[in-house]
Amino acid sequence: MDNGLHRSSNEAVVVENLHKQFGDLEVLRGVSLRAHEGDVLSIIGSSGSGKSTLLRCINLLELPTSGEIKVAGEAILFNKTKKGLVPTDIKQVERLRTKLGMVFQSFNLWSHMTVLQNVMEVPIHVLKLPKAEAREQAEHFLNRVGLWEKRDQFPAFLSGGQQQRAAIARALAIGPRVMLFDEPTSALDPELVGEVLKVIKDLANEGRTMILVTHEMKFARDVSNQVIFLHNGLVEESGTSQQVFYETQSERCKAFVSSIH
Amino acid sequence: MPPNTYHNMSDLFANWQLLSFSDGGWGWRMLGGFWSTIQIAVGAYVLGLTIGLFGALGKLHGSTITRWLLEIYTTLIRAVPELVLILLLYYAGTGAINSLLDAMGHPPIDISGLVAGIAVLGIVQGAYATEVIRGAIRAVPRGQIEAAQAFGMSSITTLRRVTIPAMIPHAIPGLANLWLIVAKDTALLAVVGFSELALVTRQAAGVTHAYWVFFLAAGALYLSLTLFSNLLFKRLEKHARRGQPELS
Repeated sequence: MDNGLHRSSNEAVVVENLHKQFGDLEVLRGVSLRAHEGDVLSIIGSSGSGKSTLLRCINLLELPTSGEIKVAGEAILFNKTKKGLVPTDIKQVERLRTKLGMVFQSFNLWSHMTVLQNVMEVPIHVLKLPKAEAREQAEHFLNRVGLWEKRDQFPAFLSGGQQQRAAIARALAIGPRVMLFDEPTSALDPELVGEVLKVIKDLANEGRTMILVTHEMKFARDVSNQVIFLHNGLVEESGTSQQVFYETQSERCKAFVSSIH
Repeated sequence: MPPNTYHNMSDLFANWQLLSFSDGGWGWRMLGGFWSTIQIAVGAYVLGLTIGLFGALGKLHGSTITRWLLEIYTTLIRAVPELVLILLLYYAGTGAINSLLDAMGHPPIDISGLVAGIAVLGIVQGAYATEVIRGAIRAVPRGQIEAAQAFGMSSITTLRRVTIPAMIPHAIPGLANLWLIVAKDTALLAVVGFSELALVTRQAAGVTHAYWVFFLAAGALYLSLTLFSNLLFKRLEKHARRGQPELS
């Protein structure tokens, strides 16, 4: 399958030589990745391999110690300080963040707002959409994730699977260039995982660009066109889904993905 | 006649007409004092909440110096008895303002008791509110604030749309306490001669010797204020917690 050097003009997210240090602990030790429009890129690896940190560096929920990040072709500007990188222009960061639809492991819906208000919040108060338009669009996305009937409920009254689907609708409503999923099913009861994975799979099938950190190996294998296996803060294996899961080079990655064969 | 001796029981309770609103009755003056009490309490509470919000944000996100100054403020104010603070801030405060005006070549001004009372009690309330609101903000799940950031909200929008509304349910019980405290602390302003409910009551009782009548009436007014406030805060809390399942 073509990962396309010649497609470099439509790069959605590029990470170059990223390092992240928490105190003495170096969680990322020079990681690069490249997601083009339409790519579904999965990041896999054992706990502590740095995969969530990598994802959270893309929208600067974590500040990298060094490295480069490009979102939708635009490089994030940093000042280098003793403590690491600090964004030069917070307005640029806020603008680029609206192109990245983040879905968290623990949903992180705003508990004082109804499901509908959660989905309308960013379009109204950040993107400055007219309220009627934001509402119409929010109802559309809630309908897509099968939660239109629950729109006036508060998040605490929904199941984990429903909350995560609402969180996906919230992320879709900002009209993101790339969806970022940070272990979206890890906090769910086993019987609720399926409904969330189905929604994510539908999004992949319609050609959405996605970067997905996950422990669901079968799912990663089936939806991704690119897979990165992280180990100890380094990319140990990367390539197409076929390459990483069936033509595995590294022994560690082989052992890690063997659980699904 | 010593004020605490009575000839018979009828003297004790018979003078309710002293509270009338006609000539010679103290009704209007009592209500006037009550109105002053409410004005000071509301003013001081709003001032205290404002100080408290900025104080809490300063303590959580401010520079080292800001945090130090706020720590000194909350420690000192909460360490010194309120009566002492009121005397200190009232006399020293008005004195300081007037010597400042004098140094700039302005004539001294007469600071109204209402403004001074609101300022003094507001500064005291602010110290307690700072701690209540700081605790409430810290109780907001980190992930909800992170989600706001991740979707490109500025820090001001995050504060206005997420942090403040999400901390309110945690803050209401503490802030309701502060309201009840400030409503009664207004009585301390009697020592600086401000004519609020407690001072009017003492004057009326002193003049008429009908201590029972006036202090019972004052008690009823304070109680009605408390009951009414409780009702209001209960509804507020219920509204603020509408997104949370009730504990059964």
